[in-house]
Amino acid sequence: MADNKGLLVDEQEFADYLDDGFHDHHHGDKYQTNFITHYIFSQDHKMIAKQFLITGIFWGIMGGLMSLVFRLQLGFPEADMAWLKPILGKWITLTDTGVGSLDPQFYYALVTMHGTVLVFFVLTAGLSGTFSNLLIPLQLGARDMASPLLNMMSYWFFFLSGMIMFFSLFLNTGPFSGGWTAYPPLSALPQASSGSAGGMTMWTLSLVFFVVSVLLGGINYITTVLNLRTKGMSLWRMPLTIWAFFVTAILGLLSFPVLVSGLLLVLCDRGLGTSFYLNEIYVGGQALEQVGGSPILYQHLFWFLGHPEVYIIILPAMGLVSEVMSVNARKPIFGYKAMVYSIMAIGFLSFIVWAHHMFMSGVNPFISNIFVIFTLIIAVPSAVKVFNWITTLYEGNIRFTPGMMFAIGFVSLFISGGLTGIFLGNSSIDVPMHDTYFVVAHFHIVMGVAAFFGMFAGVYHWFPKMYGRFMNDTLGKLHFWGTMAGAYLVFWPMHYIGMAGVPRRYYSFTTFDFSAPFVGTNQFITIAAIITFGFQIIFIVNFFYSIFKGRKVTEKNPYKATTLEWTTPINAGHGNWPGHLPAVHRWAYDYGKDGRDFIPQIEPVTEAEKERDLARVH
Amino acid sequence: MMYILGFLIAVLLVVVFVQIGKINEIVARLRGQEVADRDGDEISAKLMVVFMVLFLVGSTASAIFYKDSMLGYGPLELATPHALAIQGLINTTIFFTGIVFIVTHIALFLFAYKYRRKEGRVAKFIDDNHTLEIIWTAIPAVVMAILVTMGLYVWNNTMADVGEEEKPIAFVSTDMSEEDIKEGVGDNTYLEIEATGMQFAWILRHPGPDGLIGEKNYKMIDAENQLGQDFSDAKNIDDIILDELVLPVGQKVRVRITSRDVLHNFAIPHFFVKMDAVPGMPTYFVFTPTITTEQYRENLSSHPDWQVPADATDPDSKMRWEEFNYELACAELCGRSHYSMRKIVKVVSREEYNQWLKDNMDKSYYLNNIRGTEDDQFIEYGKLTIEEKIEEYAKEKEAAEKTEEASDTSSDEETGDADTSSTDEGEDASSTTNTGDVIDEVIEDVNNAIEGSGVTEGTGTEVPVDTINR
Repeated sequence: MADNKGLLVDEQEFADYLDDGFHDHHHGDKYQTNFITHYIFSQDHKMIAKQFLITGIFWGIMGGLMSLVFRLQLGFPEADMAWLKPILGKWITLTDTGVGSLDPQFYYALVTMHGTVLVFFVLTAGLSGTFSNLLIPLQLGARDMASPLLNMMSYWFFFLSGMIMFFSLFLNTGPFSGGWTAYPPLSALPQASSGSAGGMTMWTLSLVFFVVSVLLGGINYITTVLNLRTKGMSLWRMPLTIWAFFVTAILGLLSFPVLVSGLLLVLCDRGLGTSFYLNEIYVGGQALEQVGGSPILYQHLFWFLGHPEVYIIILPAMGLVSEVMSVNARKPIFGYKAMVYSIMAIGFLSFIVWAHHMFMSGVNPFISNIFVIFTLIIAVPSAVKVFNWITTLYEGNIRFTPGMMFAIGFVSLFISGGLTGIFLGNSSIDVPMHDTYFVVAHFHIVMGVAAFFGMFAGVYHWFPKMYGRFMNDTLGKLHFWGTMAGAYLVFWPMHYIGMAGVPRRYYSFTTFDFSAPFVGTNQFITIAAIITFGFQIIFIVNFFYSIFKGRKVTEKNPYKATTLEWTTPINAGHGNWPGHLPAVHRWAYDYGKDGRDFIPQIEPVTEAEKERDLARVH
Repeated sequence: MMYILGFLIAVLLVVVFVQIGKINEIVARLRGQEVADRDGDEISAKLMVVFMVLFLVGSTASAIFYKDSMLGYGPLELATPHALAIQGLINTTIFFTGIVFIVTHIALFLFAYKYRRKEGRVAKFIDDNHTLEIIWTAIPAVVMAILVTMGLYVWNNTMADVGEEEKPIAFVSTDMSEEDIKEGVGDNTYLEIEATGMQFAWILRHPGPDGLIGEKNYKMIDAENQLGQDFSDAKNIDDIILDELVLPVGQKVRVRITSRDVLHNFAIPHFFVKMDAVPGMPTYFVFTPTITTEQYRENLSSHPDWQVPADATDPDSKMRWEEFNYELACAELCGRSHYSMRKIVKVVSREEYNQWLKDNMDKSYYLNNIRGTEDDQFIEYGKLTIEEKIEEYAKEKEAAEKTEEASDTSSDEETGDADTSSTDEGEDASSTTNTGDVIDEVIEDVNNAIEGSGVTEGTGTEVPVDTINR
């Protein structure tokens, strides 16, 4: 085979190393023997990736539908919502005339669930869970993850966590409704909000299991990247996807445990009468005994996770976009090393900026000075990445696959959303903007929609690797344009609402005079959101239809890409490569070099190339 | 019925799209994948440019469309000096980010179009360029340095607490020049107001004529005493619970922000004022309103958007501009009625404010609900006047302190006013000379008023406190 030519001819000494005896127990493949071990309790990273993805899609639909329900209430408060009564039951309150509207308590529950589900279940598990699992072994030349068992458990803990969250939706007191940040005392006191009763307990439990899932996954990703790279795959030859997943996993490993400790203390305050976060509270006609705690402590603990978390979401998207962009522009990613260093810089800085969420929370204003400086420094590596993506397009030969279009869309969204971050990161501007719709617009664009775009780019691009078929191109492009235009139509006007000072999480815009002028804008946004969601249905249909009926992949390397995942058989079995593992001789971005369209990583470097590269360096 | 129809249409649309997708796929196979892909790319590349134009035009047009709705860009002026400083920073940021936004978007989409796949085009191998990398690392770094420097300057000015030399007052001077009021130049005095968040209302407390807010204790809260005011503290005697916030124009105001249950956030959009209310930990925000509500309405009156009836259904209702009010809101999720914690903020001329305070100072909770009852620690009914009781109270406290510490030096006040001996807060001591005689006068007034009207057993006008908004 052409793929293995380099190995056989050039590097005979690799043979022993690469022969890991995989074929010896080929028939005793314990991973794929029956339906249960193949599709349910699978330990194969490719199957686990699909499990993460499909579960992510499920939660994406849930989270999207939730937002539509509360957007309907917000956009059309006068409209009759009684038709939702069969589903939402008592959470639709009827007036005397029989006009139904969403109960404020449940409105806030939906807002909370929408945030939690999308941040954790979709954009963390669904995004990094899917693609780390799929691509780390495939792009590094590994048979599987370092520990397939932990990997399987990682998925099932995520599943369990999702089930608990799902069941909490049906509680009599309602699901948790104190916002995805779950600030105490609201989250700690069932007297203060009915959602803080059983809903909060289940929410906490669900998140603790989720953290277990993230940690099991993360430790696996890190170990695999460090230990299971194939011969020749030095760290500096790894594709940017892997760099992104690697740094993401480290961020997760360092930050998620802090969330657990923060939540544990909430549980203590709820159940054991401690006062970590409670101080001088009079609620439900009663003065609580607990004194001496500080709600601000929780905010520190929460955002110590919360801020790295947004990079846990966006870094994998960045990695996927870099790879998709380079492959489809037929050019190396511009400034590979700068890209890697900026991923590291962003990862590092993400740990020392958390208090920029707390400028207005009553912390000493002096401390904000430091956090402003670090926060705005993040703009520098982010800008470097944007400029490098744009330059990657320059002088390229761009194929507009749906994946590539989503990658370009990602850059646009990341610019738009990133620039508003420069406003919010500056504490003085945060005075008027904090907790307004400006913030809603900012984070939805930069880490919500942009991360989704990274995910879509990945799904369209690697769908052939996952299912051996292509997704439909036309539908993919339709999906792209609908989502691109829709996302901006939904979130762009929110900047203006925020600059009028309207706080977020308002059930009604008519209580205040300053928000009343935006009733029309709210209707517009709601309609745009419904249409945008409609375009997601096209994606979902396309996805499931293409699994079974999509155009078949006929060649191993349909995109003419350099990376290792395209050297496996079209429908790779367990172990990924029949026979020997491939050996790597060059970095992942030799596109358009020496007049050749692409040079795979497995192709040995020629003497001429070596000399030229040396000359270039000096 | 409508919904079912809508649903059917949606399903139909999806089916149509899927069919189109399938047909395109078949056509591509017939024409050859390569050719079909290339034609598709041509369309996509052109759409990228179309999108760019629509997006850049749309974002600019929408900004113009919404100009008059945003604070500080149209008729809605910013009513504090610190807000204007912040707006300057916002504008600087818009300037820099605007350039980046436009340039990067043009480059992104134009490159995408220009370098679309073409027969015979070969992509250029450009993997790195150190000069470029250094340039586009350095430029953002410099811009960020500018924004950080400006930002921190504004921030530290905005968040500065009142200084040692500034005195808490209640009645404000009326000889302040128009200029000084407009610029927000203070006269070394501040008015301290307390805002306490509860589910779901703001409880606003004016310090009363003495300018000092009394102590409170959350364990003393009950249905009547909503704040848990501690009536063994003389500063509480004249504290007034307000149903709307009345502030004198040009006066530095320090809001002490607290909460009695969960987190809230004290937010007045037109002032750029925002600060969390944290249970058990008072926070503050200092600002100077410079435009009276009256003036603000007048400024709005010349704008067509505001020359419409406030109530769209009633053409005879007042004009929108006549109904304008500054509003206090909650900006931190606090439960099911978070969206409805509204209080009106009135900024009035300094004379009006003094008059208002004079008219309202007998509305204190103490005078109306505690005085003369068994809870009254200052006056045993019929025995002592307030002054006498305060004096007695002050002496007791002074004596108690002397036994603890002999180093107390503040003993030369002729009134022996309760505030002198209060050691709860450092700022209180400095205020005595200024407010001592005012208090005397006021307490006399109040006593006369109460005795004159025959209200003796706490049956006076009830303090209107807006309670739970449900």
